[in-house]
Amino acid sequence: MTLFVAEGLHKRFGDRIVLERIDIAFDEGTLTGIMGPNGAGKTTCFNLLTGLYAPDSGRVLLDGVDIAGQSPAEIARRGVARSFQAISLFDQETALDNVQVALPAMRARAFDAWRDRARDSAAQDRAASLLARVGLAGRERVKAKDLAYGERRALEIALSLATEPRILFLDEPTSGLGAEGTARLADLIAELKRKLTLVVIEHDMRFLFGLADMLHVIHWGQVIATGTPAALRGNPWVQRSALGAA
Amino acid sequence: MQLPAYRSSPAARVPLPLAALALILGTAPWWIGRVGLYPYLALEIAIWMIYAQGYNLLLGHSGLPSFGHGAFFGVGAYAFGLLQKGVTPNLWLDLGGAVLAAALAGAVVGAFISHRRGIYYALLTIAFGQAFWFVAIKWHSVTGGEDGLLNLSRPVANFGIAEVSLKPNDALLGFCVAALLLVVWLCWRFVHSPLGRALACIRQNEMRARFLGYRVWLCKWIVFVVSTAIAGFSGALFALAQQSAYPNVMSLHQSGFVVMMVLIGGGLTSFWGPLIGAAFFILARDLLGAYTETWLLWYGLLFMAVVLWKPEGLAGIFGDILHRRSAQP
Repeated sequence: MTLFVAEGLHKRFGDRIVLERIDIAFDEGTLTGIMGPNGAGKTTCFNLLTGLYAPDSGRVLLDGVDIAGQSPAEIARRGVARSFQAISLFDQETALDNVQVALPAMRARAFDAWRDRARDSAAQDRAASLLARVGLAGRERVKAKDLAYGERRALEIALSLATEPRILFLDEPTSGLGAEGTARLADLIAELKRKLTLVVIEHDMRFLFGLADMLHVIHWGQVIATGTPAALRGNPWVQRSALGAA
Repeated sequence: MQLPAYRSSPAARVPLPLAALALILGTAPWWIGRVGLYPYLALEIAIWMIYAQGYNLLLGHSGLPSFGHGAFFGVGAYAFGLLQKGVTPNLWLDLGGAVLAAALAGAVVGAFISHRRGIYYALLTIAFGQAFWFVAIKWHSVTGGEDGLLNLSRPVANFGIAEVSLKPNDALLGFCVAALLLVVWLCWRFVHSPLGRALACIRQNEMRARFLGYRVWLCKWIVFVVSTAIAGFSGALFALAQQSAYPNVMSLHQSGFVVMMVLIGGGLTSFWGPLIGAAFFILARDLLGAYTETWLLWYGLLFMAVVLWKPEGLAGIFGDILHRRSAQP
């Protein structure tokens, strides 16, 4: 069943068209890969789908409801989570606090100015279990800024998972990770697959081809190829994307 | 039962520094004369501490730089005076009205600025602050112009079971210290609440907070209104202490004082910093001011030194000393 659909998305910045008639759909419980050379419009596409920018025209449907033009917060509350190419965390907070803040139960109490949040042991336990799930057990009390790069990537995914999303957009999650970190991330994403819908921008072909059910190749602001990994393995634009070339 | 190691400790219901503050300021009438100072100074320190603590919810805790906060201090002072002269001399109603007036002014200003951050936020607060200051000076028939509202009285505080005259400085000091303790305790609850945590996160990474589904604008608006309400409360107490309300407290110059108090005290890193900074500022004004008219120049140089070499402020210095002592065998 299709969960998320973008129809005829169009976006321009000044006189430059960055996305043109983008039509993509993501089925529930699948992992879709987005590939394309640098500057192709992949992250802009994510930004439109998750509310950072409003499209100039076109529709973005989540479960049949048009969410185009809604704020990132509104879209997030509907069950859309994302990570960023440049890791985005609350650096002065501990790993546990980062995840705790992201829990819907905490968000629902965002305007409570009276109760001590540290007395909510259920939220702390839930946050700790999510950290354990991404391999950060024992690192709960470490500030986000003091975590190693790979741990920060994992924490960002834990933050997204804490929001209990229906669909999770990951923007170049392996960026900056070594072989070991990438393998660990691949295991985590494989575990998450089927439980929620995943959309991943990635240059690492081996990583993506091992996980994705479907691939879209974006170039010049358009979807130039769509298909299964097997069907697109020999596509020259997929090869160029893997090299990061523009 | 052994709790998991990751669990954070709840905030103290009554933090120790609050008890120390109560002890120091509450006993001031008995010792302040012996150290060569006077009770009114302690009164003024208590009032500025309230103002600085409320202001730091905005600047230190939420990372929202308001440089026109004196406007709300002034709105509270004028509202208190106008209510006393024009409506009723009831202390509670006048104080409540002052808080409400400042919160309403804050709600209106906050609605315009809460979608901004950083330099744009700061500039807008200056612009609004100047607008309030201008109105206070020019609207003679209501505000008394540059002279302000004079001859306000210090009414009786009716506690139901007892009435206390606030005319003596010692009595008003007791009243203001009680108010200070209440405000500091409420601020303590606020910063440890889910809203307080959300604001701390918004300060660090506003975009991430948005993408977690937080209504960032509303959180910023709420903390602005709370901070302006506290500023209005301290302004009303200031009018009560000075028995007048005048436009000078709304000037940009005076708005800068609270920023200097918070920063030199260490409000950016410590909950208690603004209290230390307010006491330090008022004491420096009186003690340095006794020797030289250019006391603010020397204070300014000290401020620059602290910002350059110890951005954690006086609270950071005290923290280092305590840490060193506890580390000694």
